[in-house]
Amino acid sequence: MLFELRDVSLLRGGRRVLDSVSAAIPAGATAIVGPSGAGKSTLLRLLNRLADPDSGTVSYRDRPLDQYDPLALRRQVSLVPQLPALLEGTVGSNLAYAARLAHKEPDAERCLGLAGLDPELAARDVAKLSVGEQQRAMLARALAQEPAVLLLDEPTSALDPAARDAIEATLAELRRELEISIVLVSHDPEQARRLGEWVVRLEHGRVSKSGPLEEVLA
Amino acid sequence: MSTSIHVSAGQVAASLALVALAAAISFWRRADLERDIGVATIRSFVQLTAIGYAIELIFEADTIWLVLALLAVMVVFGALTARSRAKKVPDAFWPLLIALTVAAATTLGLVVALGVFEATARYLVPVGGMVIGNAMTASAVALNRLGDEMADSRGRIEATLALGATAQEASSPFVRRALRSGMITLVDSTKTTGLIFFPGTMVGMLLAGADPTDAVRLQLILLYALLGSVAIAGLVATALAYRNFFTPAQQLREPDA
Repeated sequence: MLFELRDVSLLRGGRRVLDSVSAAIPAGATAIVGPSGAGKSTLLRLLNRLADPDSGTVSYRDRPLDQYDPLALRRQVSLVPQLPALLEGTVGSNLAYAARLAHKEPDAERCLGLAGLDPELAARDVAKLSVGEQQRAMLARALAQEPAVLLLDEPTSALDPAARDAIEATLAELRRELEISIVLVSHDPEQARRLGEWVVRLEHGRVSKSGPLEEVLA
Repeated sequence: MSTSIHVSAGQVAASLALVALAAAISFWRRADLERDIGVATIRSFVQLTAIGYAIELIFEADTIWLVLALLAVMVVFGALTARSRAKKVPDAFWPLLIALTVAAATTLGLVVALGVFEATARYLVPVGGMVIGNAMTASAVALNRLGDEMADSRGRIEATLALGATAQEASSPFVRRALRSGMITLVDSTKTTGLIFFPGTMVGMLLAGADPTDAVRLQLILLYALLGSVAIAGLVATALAYRNFFTPAQQLREPDA
């Protein structure tokens, strides 16, 4: 298994955001679905230790996450947050920053191409990008680290249907070209149907169903 | 530089006319500050009178230990006051206490070691008070800004942590801006000193009948010492305080945690 959660609970401000969650996430493309406030984004943040559960264990490739160096783990398991949050500077400097952290050679042209962006955008100031371009630049920045797993939190929530379709096509292509695993949070079951092979459904912080796409979203 | 003038209680009482004027303006324009002006006047009278007696005792005793004790009290009160202005920084007291201690020790240590001042109560108490006061203001402004920046930029900081950046790397732009805002006021006022305003030490010496050249030289020494102390205090306070926003696993702490 790529990830395994065993009896994971997490409280925030007295509220139980995740409640005894046990789920397996295999390599490939997994969609975490459920209504707003179900705990989807919180679960995603546990997978690269941006947060730790109050109880229970999360494992990555059969080793508990707390046995990994959190910084090294995050360079392998890269999270792209829901809202674009690039560093000040150019798109290229953002990509170079991410590549340097992962001790990789920055290849802005390739990463921008993979994320469906014009390579000339490397020189553009991030403040001058549209929201859709920022979202793709975030994806390109994560790809600059050559991660094994991409964690995507509602990657198309801020986009119109045309931009959403384009990002989805990009993600499907990434899966084919790079054999990268993707864990995607989405409130939209249709998106899960289009991109996921495996689905974990959360409701009120609990797993209501999980398994292959055709079983969960039948 | 050993000049002194006598100021009578009557002269002090006469200056209260200006306080009455301030209160009258506040009342007339409904600024609602009359009560605060009253409290400020009474507190300044009580606090300065008390510190005046304390300084007189310390000058008479002339032992370095009493001087150090007074400076330590100033540092603790300075850290407590600055903490109240840096509410968004978790556990801000310790970074502030260490920042003020290091700033005071380094600045006073240097001016004594360089032979600028003698290590006696007459120099260390007033200079120490100015150094600690300015360091307190600068570190309070810096940490106030740091708290605002960290609160406003949680998304960007976490997105940077998500790439495998350390807490230091993820917060460095905000720490830099916080340090800058702590230092900028004194840097700006030092630029305009003598043109737009006369600093307090120089004014005090001129009033006391000192030679203007002496007054200017002493003021320059103090301004330069204050620049150093403000930079040290801002640096130490921000370099220690940003850590309190993160867990040992390089995670951003929840604001209410």
